[in-house]
Amino acid sequence: MQVGLTSYLIVAALLFCLGLYGVLTRRNAVAILMGIELMLNAANINLVAFNRFVAPAAVAGQVFALVIITLAACEAAVGLALVMAAYRSLETIQVDEINLMKW
Amino acid sequence: MGELAAFMILSLVTLIPAVVVVTSSNIVRAALSLVPTFLGVTGLYVMLQAEFVAGIQVLIYAGAITVLILFVIMLTEGGTGVRTRQLNDQVPLGAMAAVWLAFVLIVIFTRTGWPTAAGVLPAYNVVAVGNAFLSDYVLIFEVTSVVLLVSLVGAIVIARRED
Amino acid sequence: MLQVAWLIPLLPFIAFWVILFRGRRLPGEGAYVAIGALGLSGLLSLVILGQVMFGGRYQATMVWAMMGDRPLAVGYAVDPLTAVMLFVVTVVGSLIFIYSVGYMHADPRYPRFFAYLSLFAASMLLLVLANNFLVLYAGWELVGLCSYLLIGFWFERPAAARASMKAFVTTRVGDFFMFLGILLLFFTVGSLQFDAVFAAVQTGSLAGPLLTLAAVLIFGGAVGKSAQIPLHVWLPDAMEGPTPVSALIHAATMVAAGVYLVARTYALFFSSPDHLALTVVAYIGGLTALMAATIGIVQDDIKRVLAYSTISQLGYMMLGLGVLGYTAGVFHLMTHAFFKALLFLAAGSVIHAMNTNDIKEMGGLAKVMPVTYVTMLVGGLALAGVPPFAGFWSKDEILLEAYHHDRTLFYLGAAGAFVTAFYVFRMIFYTFTGSLRSHTAHPHESPQVMTVPLIVLAAFSGVIGLVGAPWPLVGNMFHRFVHFEAAEGAPFDLRFAALSTAIAGAGILAAAVVYRWQLVSSATLRRVLAPAYAVLVHKYWWDEFYAVSVVRPVVWVAQQLRTFDVYAIDGAVNAIGVVFVWLSRLYRVFDLYVVDGAVNLVGWLAKAAGGRLRHVQTGRAQNYLLVIALGVIVLAVIGLTR
Repeated sequence: MQVGLTSYLIVAALLFCLGLYGVLTRRNAVAILMGIELMLNAANINLVAFNRFVAPAAVAGQVFALVIITLAACEAAVGLALVMAAYRSLETIQVDEINLMKW
Repeated sequence: MGELAAFMILSLVTLIPAVVVVTSSNIVRAALSLVPTFLGVTGLYVMLQAEFVAGIQVLIYAGAITVLILFVIMLTEGGTGVRTRQLNDQVPLGAMAAVWLAFVLIVIFTRTGWPTAAGVLPAYNVVAVGNAFLSDYVLIFEVTSVVLLVSLVGAIVIARRED
Repeated sequence: MLQVAWLIPLLPFIAFWVILFRGRRLPGEGAYVAIGALGLSGLLSLVILGQVMFGGRYQATMVWAMMGDRPLAVGYAVDPLTAVMLFVVTVVGSLIFIYSVGYMHADPRYPRFFAYLSLFAASMLLLVLANNFLVLYAGWELVGLCSYLLIGFWFERPAAARASMKAFVTTRVGDFFMFLGILLLFFTVGSLQFDAVFAAVQTGSLAGPLLTLAAVLIFGGAVGKSAQIPLHVWLPDAMEGPTPVSALIHAATMVAAGVYLVARTYALFFSSPDHLALTVVAYIGGLTALMAATIGIVQDDIKRVLAYSTISQLGYMMLGLGVLGYTAGVFHLMTHAFFKALLFLAAGSVIHAMNTNDIKEMGGLAKVMPVTYVTMLVGGLALAGVPPFAGFWSKDEILLEAYHHDRTLFYLGAAGAFVTAFYVFRMIFYTFTGSLRSHTAHPHESPQVMTVPLIVLAAFSGVIGLVGAPWPLVGNMFHRFVHFEAAEGAPFDLRFAALSTAIAGAGILAAAVVYRWQLVSSATLRRVLAPAYAVLVHKYWWDEFYAVSVVRPVVWVAQQLRTFDVYAIDGAVNAIGVVFVWLSRLYRVFDLYVVDGAVNLVGWLAKAAGGRLRHVQTGRAQNYLLVIALGVIVLAVIGLTR
């Protein structure tokens, strides 16, 4: 039996929802970033899978995936730098304690 | 049959550590659990005949980003964080949202008739990707490099210790 | 030069504004500017007088405004009468200006004095240049204003303030009649131009009782301005002003404006049926002449003596005009201007030296003030009518005309002439002969800036009358220059001249008997003639009469009106005010509880809602993200179920 497009999409959806759950529930800013990485990976699986099954002649999906990986690296670098800066000035990275924008 | 088995194994290798990543109260363990997840995804890329993407995935995710995350953990809390509460007060709602979203997405994916094409992938994938980057997608390529430079400088400026 | 006659009033007018705004910063603190401006006007006037003598006439008119379809014109004219008046006003005025430099020296409002004097000169010149009633009336009121300002120049003194008010209000009565007369002319003739009015009189379109009425109304203005009975009461009080003002305005020029007005509009008076208007003029003039002269006998204030003398002489001028002696009246106006200005300035010199007006405190000043004495003597002889001084020629002519016209008037005038000579020499004897009666005064001769004008005026007073003398070959030159066609004067009569000289001499002699040689003491005379003295010293009770007949009723009515005002009108106004205050209070309550309540309710609602809703903003990004995720799910479910 051939593994179809829908199988890959379901795996990606599950990975995405796991990442979302992490983002919604973790208190630690670094852990939230990890959740975001999971969600980005899920998106990449989708892109590559669509490239493979919908438009195999072109390589657009892989190009997008590569760009997203690059941007994910940027995001990780800047995000983690922000976490360090926040930790330095607020002495915590528990995001529910960082509520300066509260009403 | 072999392909299905490989897919199932790779999916489990991807999803089970992912569960650990989002649920573990030990932040270091969570970070380390990212590695098998990323490697599982790499396997899926290989199965999808995207060898170059798979290679980059290993280099950047499994290598660079994981190490970066570990460094930040060490530089901030400086520990595994098991003594502190790791989950906030919207766990039930968050779980519900995640489950519901997964359910909805799966329903959508299975119901949708995807226009699958039975084409053949280019013979040597990396050449095609390189050609695409420097022809059709050259603008994206250049902009991405600028973003990379900006985020590099930005990260240094933000993380710099203010003396 | 006749075309630029408008410059003559304009120069002093400019001087007025310049002095008003520059004041003490000007050379001579403004005095030089005033003197310079009027001096230039005087030169112009002399040139114009010369041109008019050789037949020059000029008239310029422009339409100022339309009143319905009738044009209101303004303009000026130069003819012999105007030229003579210009000459008199500018020459006498210049001399008095110069005199004022000394007399007003160190006065705190010195520049303002010259500003007012300049304004007066400008107004008076405007008055005499006018060729219609409109401009004449404007100048007329302006000189009245200047008179008011200058009488009240020392307004710190209550007497001066009262006197200025009295002068203004009294002349206003006359001006009111004059205004009515001008309106009457305007509505019957349709124009205010002298030419047009006289033409209407000539053609007979204005005749009969209406003409007489118009003439008498116009004469009302002259009565007020020239202080004739019954409006003469203001002039003696006007002596509260500075002496140069008394000389210039209340002796030489302004009070003569009434005479000038009658002379200017002589055609109206002459054409009235049976000379009725002229008869009114003559009798008022004659009565004024005698009555004012008799009051002059008992006055002790040197300026008041001269003031009554002025009233009396103005009466002579009116008398002269009234008895068809047009030339005589105008001639007397001119000569009187010179010798009365001289007398006033000499009196001012005496006052300047003595610091008092009371002749009873003076005496023997002839020795310390020789120039003043001689010049005043010249003035006194001129006033008394002794040949060859100026007053003789003009007064003789008036008496002659009166003799030929109406004997009653002649007797009035002749008696007045005797009294005139008597009172003026009573004053001179009191002042200059005998010995000083005051023990506190230290008299001294006045500075040259005051004596030089005196000498010049004395020279004029000596010789100006000669232009009206009956010279062989050329005859009466003044008469040939200024005359009214239909009212030709009677020829000079040597016997009559001798008679009038005798009257004057008798008056002087009588004064000398009582006050110089004191053969009869004045106290005895007072006792013997007690009833007459009482009449004179109370000035015929004119002031008392006005107090009872006019002032008191007016004050009473004013008080009643005040009472009405305080209780009825103020009460009504206050009642309205109270009602509105109460209404406002009611409205305030409404405003506080209803309007403000509604506004506050809206504000409170917004605030309360905001207070509740702000808790949505938790400041935690994960909350927001959760809401977004739930929203995505909802949207997706909606998309699936459609």
